[in-house]
Amino acid sequence: MSKEKTWKEVSIAAIASKSSVGFLTGDWKTYMPKHDTEKCTNCLVCAMLCPEGAIHFRPEHNKVEFNDNFCKGCGICANECPVKAIVMKMPEEEK
Amino acid sequence: MAQQQIKQTILAMNGDEAIAYAVKQCDVDVVAAYPITPQTIIVEKFSEYVANGEVQTQYVCTESEHSAITACIAAGATGARTFTASASAGLALMHEMLFVTSGARVPVVLAVANRALSAPLNIHGDHSDSMAERDSGWLHIYAENAQEAYDSIIQAFKIAEDVDVSLPIFIGVDGFTISHTLERVDTLPEDVVRRFIGTRSFPMVLTHEGKTVPFKLDPANPMTMGPNALQNFYYEFKRQQEEGMRNAYKKIQEVNSEYAKLSGRSYGNGLIDPYKLDDAEIAIIVIGSTAGTLKVIVDQLRTEGIKAGILRIRTFRPFPVDEIKNALRNLKAVAVMDKSMSPGGLGAAVFSEVRNALYDAAHRPIIVSYIFGLGGRDSSPNDLRRIYDDLARIAKSGQAEKTVTYFGLRE
Repeated sequence: MSKEKTWKEVSIAAIASKSSVGFLTGDWKTYMPKHDTEKCTNCLVCAMLCPEGAIHFRPEHNKVEFNDNFCKGCGICANECPVKAIVMKMPEEEK
Repeated sequence: MAQQQIKQTILAMNGDEAIAYAVKQCDVDVVAAYPITPQTIIVEKFSEYVANGEVQTQYVCTESEHSAITACIAAGATGARTFTASASAGLALMHEMLFVTSGARVPVVLAVANRALSAPLNIHGDHSDSMAERDSGWLHIYAENAQEAYDSIIQAFKIAEDVDVSLPIFIGVDGFTISHTLERVDTLPEDVVRRFIGTRSFPMVLTHEGKTVPFKLDPANPMTMGPNALQNFYYEFKRQQEEGMRNAYKKIQEVNSEYAKLSGRSYGNGLIDPYKLDDAEIAIIVIGSTAGTLKVIVDQLRTEGIKAGILRIRTFRPFPVDEIKNALRNLKAVAVMDKSMSPGGLGAAVFSEVRNALYDAAHRPIIVSYIFGLGGRDSSPNDLRRIYDDLARIAKSGQAEKTVTYFGLRE
């Protein structure tokens, strides 16, 4: 806390002085998507429907990637995946 | 000196019309409002100015008071000068957004035609509505008459929009007693008013792009307004608001004297307005129009050799602690009159504040609470004189029989 700005230093009315890119909004989720690359057809329905923009297609790897830092674990991707290549799991279940 | 030569126009207006007329002169960009008795005439009159093309203002008819204040916040955030008005249930409906206005540091000016809150349903004047918003972070100024309502609106923009203040402000007028009563009002020429207020200036802020720019929504300089600030930052922003209040404490006094040079009118030091208090032994502390009635009684008492005075609190937020302490230092007994209640509390809003302020003063008079005028119940000069009679007894005996009196109640 002591390294943070004091009330005299913060800008008026909480105007953001930093980009929110550094603010990891996905660090409090309960469920995480578990992606089965064998079943995935790269149709990108999940990427289009992700409300957080946390799913991207990587042409260099020819596969879909999930950004864990911004995924909030809502499960829309798993629900909408036409081939059921995504399942939602709690981190400890993954193992 | 030359400034005192400014020719003023005398108009006959009620308090609401005087407010609308002042807003017209203040070059306001956006008015968003919803009508409610006894504030209605303000927005009614102002919409006439808009319809007649007498102002350049964007007038937004909203579907509720919650929307009205929200529109004002949004417009104010872009740098526009904004005004709205409300009362009673309307102000209560704004409650949530009043905190947003002050927290987002948007200097909206809001005229409150003070009115009782339901239930039972009552349209008449008391201070329950704005006192319920005591902690919303707004500046509170209460006028004594239509003239002061006019003057205070003009001052309000200059105070609220000051870069070191940047806080919204209520200008309170007693419902019907001021809002609907026709009075003589001296008005300044429009160009003089506009020069006095000037254009809005803005604090500078550092944005996420690393630019230092004026604090307003501007596509050329995007910034994030209204983000969340949790356990790690919220508290710091609240403390900043308190600093805005402290700066307003000085600014209100400065604006009061500057305005006096322009118009020849001032209201005490802007914070408190004492009347025959210097050598007084007993006094009444009050907010709003009742101070006018009390002056008549005090003049009468003075001819009888009774050393009575009045302390009208004009600015309730920021609360003028030091001024009140100083003003009461030679008094023996003081009655604080509240036109609102705090059910279950000891006395009401003004009484609590005054007593609190005096706790660590070297000399404290006996301070008693008088609740009065609820739901617009009238207090005639003869009725009010009885309070001074009570105070004289208290001063003589050195003790008060009771702390809280429900004045004018059938018992």
